[in-house]
Amino acid sequence: MTPLLSVYGISKRYGPHIGCAYVSFELYPGEVMGIVGESGSGKSTLLNCIAGHLPPDEGKVVFDTRIEGPKDTIAMSEPERRMLSRTDWAFVHQHARDGLRMGVSAGGNVGERLMAVGERHYGDIRSKATDWLGRVEIDASRVDDRPTTFSGGMQQRLQIARNLVTGPRLVFMDEPTGGLDVSVQARLLDLLRGLVRDMGLSAIIVTHDLAVVRLLADRLMVMKSGRVVEAGLTDQVLDDPQHAYSQLLVSSVLQV
Amino acid sequence: MITLNNVSKTFTLHNQGSAVIEVLTGVSLSVGRGECVALTGASGAGKSTLMRMIYGNYLTQAGEILIGGVDLARAEPRDVLALRRETLGYVSQFLRVVPRVPTLDVVAEPLRALGVPAAEAQARAEVLLGKLNIPERLWGLSPTTFSGGEQQRVNIARGFAHQYPAMLLDEPTASLDAANREVVLSLIEDAKTNGAAIIGIFHDEAARARVCDREIDVSCFTPGLAA
Repeated sequence: MTPLLSVYGISKRYGPHIGCAYVSFELYPGEVMGIVGESGSGKSTLLNCIAGHLPPDEGKVVFDTRIEGPKDTIAMSEPERRMLSRTDWAFVHQHARDGLRMGVSAGGNVGERLMAVGERHYGDIRSKATDWLGRVEIDASRVDDRPTTFSGGMQQRLQIARNLVTGPRLVFMDEPTGGLDVSVQARLLDLLRGLVRDMGLSAIIVTHDLAVVRLLADRLMVMKSGRVVEAGLTDQVLDDPQHAYSQLLVSSVLQV
Repeated sequence: MITLNNVSKTFTLHNQGSAVIEVLTGVSLSVGRGECVALTGASGAGKSTLMRMIYGNYLTQAGEILIGGVDLARAEPRDVLALRRETLGYVSQFLRVVPRVPTLDVVAEPLRALGVPAAEAQARAEVLLGKLNIPERLWGLSPTTFSGGEQQRVNIARGFAHQYPAMLLDEPTASLDAANREVVLSLIEDAKTNGAAIIGIFHDEAARARVCDREIDVSCFTPGLAA
């Protein structure tokens, strides 16, 4: 099987500081990988480099495109990469406001991504948007309301609907449940798990919440000071961590 | 079906003075189809550790663990995941689920992960929950608020939803009443009849005598405990 995504030696420096250094991994279709580490460990930098939001100093990000097969997305032309991020890729931001257009209705937010890939029939777009609002458990009566009138949890779910409506194959998530209260978190986790399973999505999830990765991720990478210190099966890394830093991380979680 | 060759395990506690604890050395054993083997030994002998190593939950330092042609001591995460999905089942003592998910879906999930249609997976889950005497009015609720015994039965139903060719059972009959214990034992017997290779930890001696064909004393492999 061809990996959906192959990352080779990604490095990013901010002046003398290391953002992330020599990170390599492969992600296969249907796999969910978690990246954990403390604040400043380079996990968001890495995610942004892979997703094409930040140019890395070194390295390759090879994505198995539908038409042309494996292709280095960093060497791609800007329009090509932009097309990819509108179709096969999706990015769920930590703050829903960064991923939504706050001045446009909920239905418009979801429909916009459809129009970006060429859908023109207003009725189809509206019915697809309504269908997706239902899937993320937003009442259809809110389709014409702006996200500014939504709660934080609803905004996050709307952002997910906007991202998934075009049927992407790879989803990047930066702290998708951060800043939400726990009851909303559980709902969102359940929703994401169902979507991953039913749509066969692959995902890369950056978080510092170990409970979230245990429930969502198949594999886990632990980062410290920009480097990957340990990687493996999620439950193995959490239950039998090998590196001193992973052991510290796991043993520092407060028990509820 | 399950073969261990010269398997060893040490824990290194980097944050506690880099203490190195040798837990198991030189474990070799083999379990065939339709056979059930009990792991015995005192608390701390390493029964659960060995079980977790066989499931790929704990890393193995040396030796090989072969299940269905895959060496778990060296396999890539995706191979271990595929093995767990299709071949290797594990009934742990504790239920770990996403909050808010109904019991019926929790039990049906292993089948859904294999691509079984929702209706069929749910039908199988209903049969198992019924057998294990979980009242039907609870099926639509999340098991997180259930009693200990109910959670354990949900866990068992989930573990037996798919007929795995290899199974690991960690105290499947602990904290169950006589009627439910009987149901679990007959599930184990059915699995054996269907050709499953089973490794279990049973503190319940009568249960062990009934379903197990052999016993392996894990303390033979524990450095410092072995005679």
